[in-house]
Amino acid sequence: MNSLFTPLSWNDTGFILTGVMNTVTISVVAIVLGTLLGLVVGFTRAESSKLVNTLFGGVLDILRSVPLIIQLILFSTFVGAIGYPLDPFVAGSIILSLYTMAFMSEVFRSGFESVHQSMRTSARSLGMTYWQTIFYIRLPIGLRAVFPSWLGVSLSVIKDSALVSVIGYMELLRTSDQLISRTQQPLEILIGVGIFYFIISYPLSSYGRYVERKMAI
Amino acid sequence: MEYEFHWNVVFQTMPELLNGAFVTLHVSVLAMLLGIVIAILLAIAKMNNSKPFCYVATVWVEIARNTPALFQIYMAYFGLGAFGIHLSPYVAVLSALVFINAGYLTETFRGGFQSIPSTQYSASKSLGMTSIQVYRYIILPQMLRRIYHPMTNQFVWSILMSSLGILVGMSELSGTTQRLQSLSFRTLEFFIVAAVMYFVITKLVLISSSLLSRRLFKGEV
Repeated sequence: MNSLFTPLSWNDTGFILTGVMNTVTISVVAIVLGTLLGLVVGFTRAESSKLVNTLFGGVLDILRSVPLIIQLILFSTFVGAIGYPLDPFVAGSIILSLYTMAFMSEVFRSGFESVHQSMRTSARSLGMTYWQTIFYIRLPIGLRAVFPSWLGVSLSVIKDSALVSVIGYMELLRTSDQLISRTQQPLEILIGVGIFYFIISYPLSSYGRYVERKMAI
Repeated sequence: MEYEFHWNVVFQTMPELLNGAFVTLHVSVLAMLLGIVIAILLAIAKMNNSKPFCYVATVWVEIARNTPALFQIYMAYFGLGAFGIHLSPYVAVLSALVFINAGYLTETFRGGFQSIPSTQYSASKSLGMTSIQVYRYIILPQMLRRIYHPMTNQFVWSILMSSLGILVGMSELSGTTQRLQSLSFRTLEFFIVAAVMYFVITKLVLISSSLLSRRLFKGEV
């Protein structure tokens, strides 16, 4: 009698590769959007009045202290309930980007604030306009200082992208989940998934630590 | 927007939700305490020159830091089944959280310890202090100050990560929410309440930790 479960075969490679591609896609989208939004929000928070700051701070606080999984479920049910059901990829990218933005904006804000006041004043006294001091002084110096933290946030986004599987996006962990249900070989599949994440994260995190060490001296 | 909110059912099941919140809190506290104990051992192993222990610690830290939390929970819940070890959802989530916390805290502890120059140790010894006194009065107080905030963050993070229990059917806050919403079909209401509860829990933790730090460190950073 044939077994109910079919073992893992080479035909599954394509399926797993789609998962890998999807994980990479959504992570890249979230990192790019999160970085751009975070740059804007971080800059605004570094520059603006206390009122705007508190307002932004409240929203960011919510994004940071509610678990990502709850945000994903809430958002995708919400858009469904008001009559605009979104594709899991779109819904996942939106929430993941906002979540990334919440962390990135803090990173960038500290970068902007790390450029000393005297440096800004001297740039202005040399005849630079406000925007020139931002583009030629504060952005290059501030962003260089926070590069390791930026890398750290990006890495955690790659890892957190695994959670988008709860709203039905076929990323790596979800494809492996389905393969596990079919083949009943959890260990082999999970080890493969773990190795994949490790191969992506480890070089980046070692590079981040290397840069951090170099900058500390 | 045609969605009608029905909050009654949420208030009726409030005791269950609160119970779930309690489970969330105690699984993260337990994971934090066990994580700290293991992290201290791993940090000592990493700073020692004895090779085998150092390797174990390094591998542990790197795996914990470079793979998703969800992967580790799956590994504990589904993966260990291949070895005939079947963990309950609670134990699976707890062990995954302990694994991650230990991995991250090891680096925190090591960094905190190495940030204190060894000359302080020699100086205190030369003033006639015993080793235990040096650690008790000079090194540990400074170290605690430096690792306090990273540890608070780790604790908040482990509260948020415990929400992954939803995927293995654990009955903490998010798992309870999931179960109740599938009974009542009031998805939005239940998850809004859960989100608020997580927010309140993390805020309470942060506020009490900053009060405690004021008491402990008396305003110095």
